[in-house]
Parts: sequence; C-alpha cells; structure tokens
Amino acid sequence: MTLTETPLAASPPSKTPKPSKPRRRSKQGRDAWLLMLPALVPVVLFSVYPLAQGILLGFTDAEAGLNVTTNFNGAENYQKLAGNELFWNSFRIGLVWAFGVTILQFLASLGLALLLNLDLRFRWIARTLALVPWAMPPVVIAIMWRLMLNPTYGPINEGMRAVGLPGDINWLGDFSTALPAVIVVGVWAGMPQTTITLLAGLQSVPTDLHEAAAIDGAGVWQRFWHVTLPALRPIIIAITTLDLIWNFNSFALVYVLTAGGPGGQTMLPMLFAYNEAFRYGNFGYAAAMGNVMVVVIAVFLFVYLRGQARSRLS
Amino acid sequence: MTTTTMSPRTRRVARPLQYLALLGYVIFLGFPLLFLVLTAFKTPQELISPNPTFFPTNPNFDNFVQAIDKANLIHAAGNSLIVAVSTTVIVTIISLPAAYALARFKTKLRGVATGWILLSQVFPFILIIIPLFLVLKQIGLVDSLLGLILVYTVWSLPFALWMLQGYIAGIPVELEEAGAMDGASRLRILRVIILPLLAPGLVATSLFTFISGWNEFFFALVLIQDPALQTLPLTLARFVGAEGQVQLGQLAAASLLATIPSLLFFAIIQRRLTSGLLSGAVKG
Repeated sequence: MTLTETPLAASPPSKTPKPSKPRRRSKQGRDAWLLMLPALVPVVLFSVYPLAQGILLGFTDAEAGLNVTTNFNGAENYQKLAGNELFWNSFRIGLVWAFGVTILQFLASLGLALLLNLDLRFRWIARTLALVPWAMPPVVIAIMWRLMLNPTYGPINEGMRAVGLPGDINWLGDFSTALPAVIVVGVWAGMPQTTITLLAGLQSVPTDLHEAAAIDGAGVWQRFWHVTLPALRPIIIAITTLDLIWNFNSFALVYVLTAGGPGGQTMLPMLFAYNEAFRYGNFGYAAAMGNVMVVVIAVFLFVYLRGQARSRLS
Repeated sequence: MTTTTMSPRTRRVARPLQYLALLGYVIFLGFPLLFLVLTAFKTPQELISPNPTFFPTNPNFDNFVQAIDKANLIHAAGNSLIVAVSTTVIVTIISLPAAYALARFKTKLRGVATGWILLSQVFPFILIIIPLFLVLKQIGLVDSLLGLILVYTVWSLPFALWMLQGYIAGIPVELEEAGAMDGASRLRILRVIILPLLAPGLVATSLFTFISGWNEFFFALVLIQDPALQTLPLTLARFVGAEGQVQLGQLAAASLLATIPSLLFFAIIQRRLTSGLLSGAVKG
C-alpha cells in the first residue's frame, strides 16, 4: 500500500442527456451508501466511536475497576505528564527507535532493491528471504532474535568468540546494547514492505532516461543521484512516512524481546502506555499519553510532508 | 541502474562487489531463520553443550512433540484458527460491496472512506484499545473469542478495503457497460462478469486478512485473559517468560509451527501482493 492515491477508473460515463443527471447521481449516492453500510456500521461502532471516546478519555481521571466514577479533569493529565520524567524518557526512546529503524530500514531496503533490480544470478534467494519476515508473527520474530542474541548460546556471541572478540555480551540485557539490538531486529522485521515497494518504484523508472543520461556521460553514481532518486521520490516519501508511523506504534516485537527492559532502556511509548493502562489501571492517564503521541507524530508528519512538498516545488 | 547502461570496465569492477553485497543481505535475512530451524531440531544436551555444533547431530522431532504437548499448542492453534477464519469471512463479505462502491461510484463517501483508511494507520492502538476494552466489557465480550473477532474485523477492514478497491478499479468498466447493454441485471453483471475477474484479488485479500489475524498479538494480549482462550501468539509469548535454557529447542519448534500457516498462505499470494503494490506504485 502506498500513500499515493491510485487513480481509479472513472464512474460509468453517463450516456443519458443532461437533464436527468442529478437524479442519476442521487441514485448513485444512495447505492453507494447501501453498499458501504455493512462495512460502515462496525467501523463506526468499534473504531470511530472508541477512538473519539479514547481522545476524550485522555481528559478524564478514568480508572479500571467497578463503580469508579469518571470525571473530566481538563488538562490535569497533561500537567502530570509534563512532569513525568519516565514518560518523556520513554518518548525519547520511542523517537530514537522509530527514526532509527525507519532510516536504517530505508537505506538497507534501498540497497537491496537496487541489487534485486539488477540482473544478478541467485537474486531470487534474496528476494524470497526478504519477503519471509512479512509473513512471520511478530512474536515469532522476537523469539527467533532472542535465540540469536542469547548471551551464552546465541550464535552471535559464539561467532564473536570464534574470531577472538569478547563474546559475552548480554545484548538485550545490557544498558548500552539493548536499544541498538532491538533496532536491528526492527529493521529485519520491517524490510519486506519497504524493499518491495522501492523495487516496484525502481522498475517503473523509465530506462530511456538512464540511457539518455549515460549518453550524456553521466556515471553510475550521477545517474543514481539525478535520475533514479528523483523518480523514486514519491514512493520514498510514501513508504518512509508509513514506516515511521508503523514503527512508532509498534508493540509486539519489543514487548516479547525485552518487555521494555533493562531498566526501561527499550520502554517504547506504546509499552509505557500499555503498562499504565492495563497494569496500573490508569485509563485516563494512559489515554492522555496516546493523545500526546498522536499530536507529536502528526507534527512530525506535517513538517516532513510539507518540507518534501516544498522542495519538490522549488 | 540497468546493466545495459554500464560501461564494461565499471561492470567488471562492480559485479563482484554487487554479489558480495547480495551475499551480505542473504546472510542477514536468512541466517536467523536457518538458526531457528536448526535449534528446533537440536536436543537439550546439544543446546547447552560447551562445544556446540552448528548443525544438529541427531535431528529428530522430539522438540515439536514436546512443545505441542506441554504448551497446549493445539488448543491455542484452534483458537487462532477460529478467530482468523471468522475474521476473514466477515471482512470479505462486508468489504466486497463497500470496495465496489469505493471503486466505481464518485461520491463524497469515497473521500471520507479514503481519509479514514489512512487515518486509521496513524492513531496508536492504545487510544483505541482502552475505550474498546470498556465497551466490550460492558457487553460481555472481553475474554471471548467473539470480541476478538469483532476487533480484528474492524482492524483489518481498512487494509482489505484498500486492496479490494484497487483490484476492482483494475477491471475495465466497459465490461460492465457491455453487460448492461445486453440487458443483464446489475446483480447478474457482478456475479457473471466481475466476480470471476476479481477472484484472484479476492483470494489475495482474504489470505492477507487471515495472516493478519493469525499473527496479531496486541489486541489479544489486552482482551484475552482466560488461558483456555489464548491464541497462538499469546501462548508463545507466555512460553518465552518461562524459558529455561533446556527449553530453547521447544520454543524454536513451537515458533516454527506457528509460522507455517501464514508462511504457506503468504507464498500463495506474494506474487499478487507484490504485483498489486507494483501497479499502485506505477500509477502513483
């Protein structure tokens, strides 16, 4: 899925003369409503309504438990949040995670997509392998990497020992290595969508542009920089935007890998809010965290997309 | 960067480097998978041996048998199957007409629906799950597979709609018009002309919905507390907490078993999924 809107086939051109057009349109509108209704009802009941409710909850003191009265408390949650160092620390970690994974994922996927776009032998192996993480449950990916990173029996430490490096690093348990290790796993898990999307984009870059540039004496690097990248631009923007959102909101992978540890070093905002809501029962406070997350991610997206739109115009 | 536009000299230098890079990717992507498979076939003694061998010396299915036995995998897989299949059926049935309307009618609803599909990606699940949890609790659907099916349905609907409307938009309207000229009713046109052409896309969308439901973790974690109702990812995650070194093999075996269905389905649809992405990208 890309953010770029697929142009859709136009609705059946009306062959009837002009006067009857309004009636036809209103009939179409009614048909559309009828067809959408079965999808609309559950979405409104179990998605739109809870979401609105969730945003509102962020302005209340709602708590888990029976017979607890819920009151609006205005900005109180946010004042409390502003002074909650743990939350901001988790927020910082969340941003490092989301941007770290998105950027590394993009670079790694672009490299792989460029290779897959070449006429290399055995590229089908890499192509198949690149797709597998897409189908795997995040929980399984996390378990697999726990085995890989196991301090005593994991092959990574063993490999390091084999070449004479200190192979006793507790990757997921050490303060300094936990976040980088988790980011690597995040990159691994998210490569398929990014690679395939970029590959699709690469295949749509017209070859005659490349040939023209080559005739003009442009080198490989120059052609990549001045022909390939500009042509890929809309796709790059779309996929990095989606990746950023997905990564910022991701949960299962890190929950199983580290559960936020050690000492909160990998406590992504989603995990933090989950604990607040379902471990300590502070629903209102947790919803307030969710609201802050939405605002921050929206601001980032706004700045990013506007920046891209501007530089495209100039 | 096609090879045709590369000078022979550059090519001679670049080719080995390209293969080297490709090998690097294959190792990064493939090694963890290989290791998972090998671990699943190792005995507990082998796993904790001070001089571990890379390949299992005596590969057998003990870990698989024990994992199924101990962790109640079959029961959990049954729950996952019920949830994923029900979700898929419901989503397919309700998204089909909606996707058709989205693809074929130009109404205001189209803009609203598209906006919602994109917006639904942005909001963190935590904002949705808290009120959803409260609502489901009120109607007695917390700790019930039905509640989970409901949530999964709503949650996979946007993506299914998006995929399906893309496939429908790819079917020329002229075919429908031709049918209408021949006097066929709208329903007949849909059944005889559109449905057969849509079948591959429909299958891809359904299987994708199934995979999402089968793999999902967060909603299940919040909504299911009763051990008897746990889905497969929940059971696996619980298994992790209790892992002793000896059980690594069983953990790996259970993980592999849990991955097989989605991997199998994904293998079926991946061509279509990637070509769908491709067409979307090209048009964009």
